[in-house]
Amino acid sequence: MNRARLLAVARKEATHLRRDRRSLLLAFLLPVFLIIFFGFAITLDIKHIRLAVLDQSRTESSRALIQAFPSSGYFDLVAWPEDGAAVDALLESGRVKAVLVIGPDFARDLASGRGAPVQLLLDGADANTATIAQNYASAIVARYGADVQLRGRSLALPVEAESRVWYNETLASRNMIVPGLVAVIMSIIAALLTAPTIAREWERGTMEQLAATPVGRAEVVLGKLLPYVGIGLFDVGLAIAAGLGLLHVPFRGSMLLLAALTLLFLVGTLGLGMFISATVKGQVLATQIAIQTTYLPAMLLSGFIFSIPAMPWALRLITRIIPARYYVTVTKGIFLKGVGAEVLWIEAVAMVLFATAGLGLAVRAFRKELE
Amino acid sequence: MPEAVRVQDLTRRFGDFTAVDRVSFDVGAGEIFGFLGPNGAGKTTTIKMLTALLRPTSGMAQVAGFDVATHPGEVKRRLGYMSQLFSLYPDLTVLENIELFAGLYGVRGARFAARRDWVLELAGLTDQSRRLTGQLALGWKQRLALGCAVLHEPPLLFLDEPTSGVDPISRRSFWDLIDGFAASGTTVLVSTHYMEEAEYCHRLAVMNRGRLIALDRPAALKQALREPILAVAVDDAPRALEALRGAPGVLEVTMYGRALHAMVEDPAAAERTIAARLAAAGQAARSILPIAPSLEDVFVAFVHRSGGMVAG
Repeated sequence: MNRARLLAVARKEATHLRRDRRSLLLAFLLPVFLIIFFGFAITLDIKHIRLAVLDQSRTESSRALIQAFPSSGYFDLVAWPEDGAAVDALLESGRVKAVLVIGPDFARDLASGRGAPVQLLLDGADANTATIAQNYASAIVARYGADVQLRGRSLALPVEAESRVWYNETLASRNMIVPGLVAVIMSIIAALLTAPTIAREWERGTMEQLAATPVGRAEVVLGKLLPYVGIGLFDVGLAIAAGLGLLHVPFRGSMLLLAALTLLFLVGTLGLGMFISATVKGQVLATQIAIQTTYLPAMLLSGFIFSIPAMPWALRLITRIIPARYYVTVTKGIFLKGVGAEVLWIEAVAMVLFATAGLGLAVRAFRKELE
Repeated sequence: MPEAVRVQDLTRRFGDFTAVDRVSFDVGAGEIFGFLGPNGAGKTTTIKMLTALLRPTSGMAQVAGFDVATHPGEVKRRLGYMSQLFSLYPDLTVLENIELFAGLYGVRGARFAARRDWVLELAGLTDQSRRLTGQLALGWKQRLALGCAVLHEPPLLFLDEPTSGVDPISRRSFWDLIDGFAASGTTVLVSTHYMEEAEYCHRLAVMNRGRLIALDRPAALKQALREPILAVAVDDAPRALEALRGAPGVLEVTMYGRALHAMVEDPAAAERTIAARLAAAGQAARSILPIAPSLEDVFVAFVHRSGGMVAG
């Protein structure tokens, strides 16, 4: 392998990138967009559920219960309908997702100790939100009930589960998303930037000219890879910086370990993209295949959005051969748990294997000979 | 003089199709060696095997003393190649393309500076080195591609239809450059379908249907043409061509602008046949004269003898 030839290819490839607006947009704007999109817009947590209250009791007790809803942080009180018809209208128009109905006998029932039922109406069109809203509301009401029963006194319950969530104390979904997003961004670079490169040269006839020079296969593949590795590392840095700075995702592990494993995953993914490019020799097809084999698995089967233990066994088995799965374990482990190589060694081995396989396949598939 | 290229029974098959069929020839150092033939004759396939871009199915080819099948790297180091298609990078500047090929051929330091300036001057692009290559006119692109191909001063230069699509004046100046390279000892192998280009070659390999059907100096090829040629001046060449096709004693008719060239068996008999045929078709012959064969006539004759052109 000749360093000067490798660098000549790398430099040319970097110049192509620099002059191509589509590539620049994909390389630098798309990751930013994804971070914003997943980090802010799509959060899997449900907060600020729009709530209307029909208070037919109008007592101090009913007002105390109502007040517990907005102060929980999960509900926003947005409307005070006067009757049942107004409640229907609010739910139908979608202006509110939940309605709390407190009957006229609420205070009396409460005082009598018979139990005072309240009604919660939910918009089931969005089942997920409705379920979560129901859980929140039940908890708020139960807590209010307990307060009333104790009337300020405290009582030690015989058994109490005090749960504490580790690693992601607030259960914020963005904490889960940022580590997974890094894998997705890299697979996008591989699929949309790397996959067309060799195919493009075959289509334009420039590969023939390149093939007539003494440049070696490994020199072409590595030289072409180099600028994309640079972009990949930059994007990962960007995602991590945005995660820490804007989204306040905790970072507990070793930056060095993350960088090393990230580099390996990147080389593997880009190598795979280039392997597809060299095998298919058509830009459009190469891009499509790369999306199927890198982007979609990274999105769906890596544990980024869908939890792997919750998958059917057949899918779980498939995830075992998805490199992104191991990488997402790495990022989550390092970000949230702060674990090191002593825990992540299986993933580290997987990354080394993946990088070797990606590069090996790319070099093998790339024939300098014309067919 | 040592042989720059030695080819023995070189064959390349693509499935059932034999693109190059047992071709043998030698090329001396400093020679301009031309491949002439219709599309599909096997010229490009031969050049691709000699530049180690394509593996021969059988037979042997040595370039600069190295076998193309066993030492492709050594072969590639010693040759410059310009493909049929313009294949420099259009989104790189003139200078960036030169730098790329300098990097690939290991031209560095002071030698690089000298060669870069030389290529820029050769291509006439010294003032435009920072322009994008894709914005240049085709003639300049070709000269730049040639410059990049000889940047590393290779002993052999392979040109596959280098001037297709280029205007005659640019083509002329391009050939002046090639003459210059050959004069300074570079061996040039070039394929073409322009007859006037073939005249520049020291020796010509005429190919058809994958076979080498004639190999000699252009002048010798013309002398070797046994069949007399009649130039028939007519008003409507396409109609006249139709009328003469298959006429007894007329072996082959081709169009030359508004005239026809007929390759015939016996000139006196053919002259009468042609005049009669044209008159019958309502086409008057302005004149029918025997002429010295052009290279194109030679080409037509050889192709005729080897079984005609491949359709398409």
